[in-house]
Amino acid sequence: MTISKEEVARVAHLARLEIEESDLERFAGQLTDILQYMDILNEVDTSGIDPLYSPVEHATPYREDEVRQDWSREDVLRNAPRSDGEYFLVPKVV
Amino acid sequence: MTDIHAMGLTEMAAKLQNRDLSAEDAISACLRRMEATEPDIASLLHTEGEPALERAREMDARGPDPEQPLWGVPVVIKDVLATRDVPTTCGSRMLEQFVPSYDAEAVKRLKEAGAIVVAKSNMDEFAMGSSTENSAFGRTRNPWDPERVPGGSSGGSAASTAAGQTPFSLGTDTGGSIRQPAAFCGCVGLKPTYGRVSRFGLVAYGSSLDQAGPFARSVEDTARVLQVIAGKDERDSTSSPEPVPDYVAALSERSDLRGIRLGLPEEYWGEGLESDVDSVCREALSKAEELGAELVPVSLPHSRYAIAAYYIIVMAEASSNLARYDGVRYGYRDHGEQDLIRMYFSSRSKALGREVQRRIILGTYVLSAGYYDAYYKKAAQVRRLVREDHLRALQSCDLLLAPAAPGVPFRLGEKVEDPLQMYLTDVFTNPLNLTGLPGMSLPAGLGPETGLPIGLQLFAPAFGEEKLLQVAHLLEGVLPDLPSPAGIRR
Repeated sequence: MTISKEEVARVAHLARLEIEESDLERFAGQLTDILQYMDILNEVDTSGIDPLYSPVEHATPYREDEVRQDWSREDVLRNAPRSDGEYFLVPKVV
Repeated sequence: MTDIHAMGLTEMAAKLQNRDLSAEDAISACLRRMEATEPDIASLLHTEGEPALERAREMDARGPDPEQPLWGVPVVIKDVLATRDVPTTCGSRMLEQFVPSYDAEAVKRLKEAGAIVVAKSNMDEFAMGSSTENSAFGRTRNPWDPERVPGGSSGGSAASTAAGQTPFSLGTDTGGSIRQPAAFCGCVGLKPTYGRVSRFGLVAYGSSLDQAGPFARSVEDTARVLQVIAGKDERDSTSSPEPVPDYVAALSERSDLRGIRLGLPEEYWGEGLESDVDSVCREALSKAEELGAELVPVSLPHSRYAIAAYYIIVMAEASSNLARYDGVRYGYRDHGEQDLIRMYFSSRSKALGREVQRRIILGTYVLSAGYYDAYYKKAAQVRRLVREDHLRALQSCDLLLAPAAPGVPFRLGEKVEDPLQMYLTDVFTNPLNLTGLPGMSLPAGLGPETGLPIGLQLFAPAFGEEKLLQVAHLLEGVLPDLPSPAGIRR
């Protein structure tokens, strides 16, 4: 499996990243190396094996669906890059 | 009397409780030690000197509280754990200005136990790395040799504790990020069972793998920290309802290792170990035998696939977790962009480092249409096989023993240009995170050729921290004491 520059750019776009032209080549080479290494997994017969996505064994806990306030509006907006004191502000969308 | 900064947690906490030492003097001594050692190791990103002293004076005025086992003890926290009103950058430009309005649960529990946060420590950006060279704010150096890495990603906490800046610190371990730097810096590092310590306020990297845990300079000190931070938290649904035993009391329940079976996975003890690692770890095995332990050969046949499975899973989880950094609610925003989508692209591309971008792209790739089954699902299937190997091996023995890393700390810059080589340095620590089982790294001695510290790892069944600490405590008693780190000039 070889990853082309175009493939890197396409996947980066999906992740909302733009890679500079000068870095694309290097990334493509590094990603190819890494994915080729990953191919070692093809040696393992996994037919019929359930995927394990989390090591948690206890049941998901339930609790009452009660409204409570942990944080103030001020706390929540504290790190906003831009806000008007009530809302997060972003560039105009529509 | 020992220098205050050189005291372990157990000794310092006792002196503080008895008022043989004031909290202010404890904090001052640690701040002086930081000032003296930071030029050599650069382990810290942010210090809270004045607020910590103020807090100590208030506590001294009220007097010690016997209900607070860490009363007045200074602590360093890895910068991936949220600290209220104190910057939490994750080693990233993205969060350079981020100041949380809450404490991570583990931090909150330390504070409730009386500990005083004095600093936040350096790390690989978003915990992605094995050397602490990927921080946006500079590299941390190994206290034993400033030309070498401290390990990572919790290299700042490990180097700080090894240099005696504070008696203990917190780190996080997603693929070895506590155990490998503990080994490289010559301190004790514990990765608890997944779910033993709440992840609330631990900035997510690989959510099914991340776990916070302590660094300290003795096993007993480590046990005291785990005692405080372990336990269920309703804000982390993966935290376990399993009761928390008395870890400290468990330490004195045994005086030797008779009847204990220690499994040696053949995949960790074969070819490929550097000679210092091989000789120091084998010497530790003979000490374990002298204490009465029975050494049992075992096999973890899927170990050679674990690294590939690990990196696929962790990158997939990372690509999803790091989607939150969009410049909207917190973190860096490129204010120059007038279009929302352009703002996402620009903010993320400018503020996330290269390794982080590489992992997000790979994670996005393995989750994308057409590759999901071939990579992500396949890796998760192999994950189950790796876990079953460990459970099988632990049916016939109490613990497993292995070197923490195949080699001694590598040189700064040696692996930064080759990400795959960097990933392969985690070969002995990654598999455990896939299983969720607990593990720790214990200083086993200095390598005869390099004079660098070597770590021995112990793995236990899920929630088997009691026995892990018990056995490590006994081994510690017969392993060589480490001198002060050779790279610290003062």
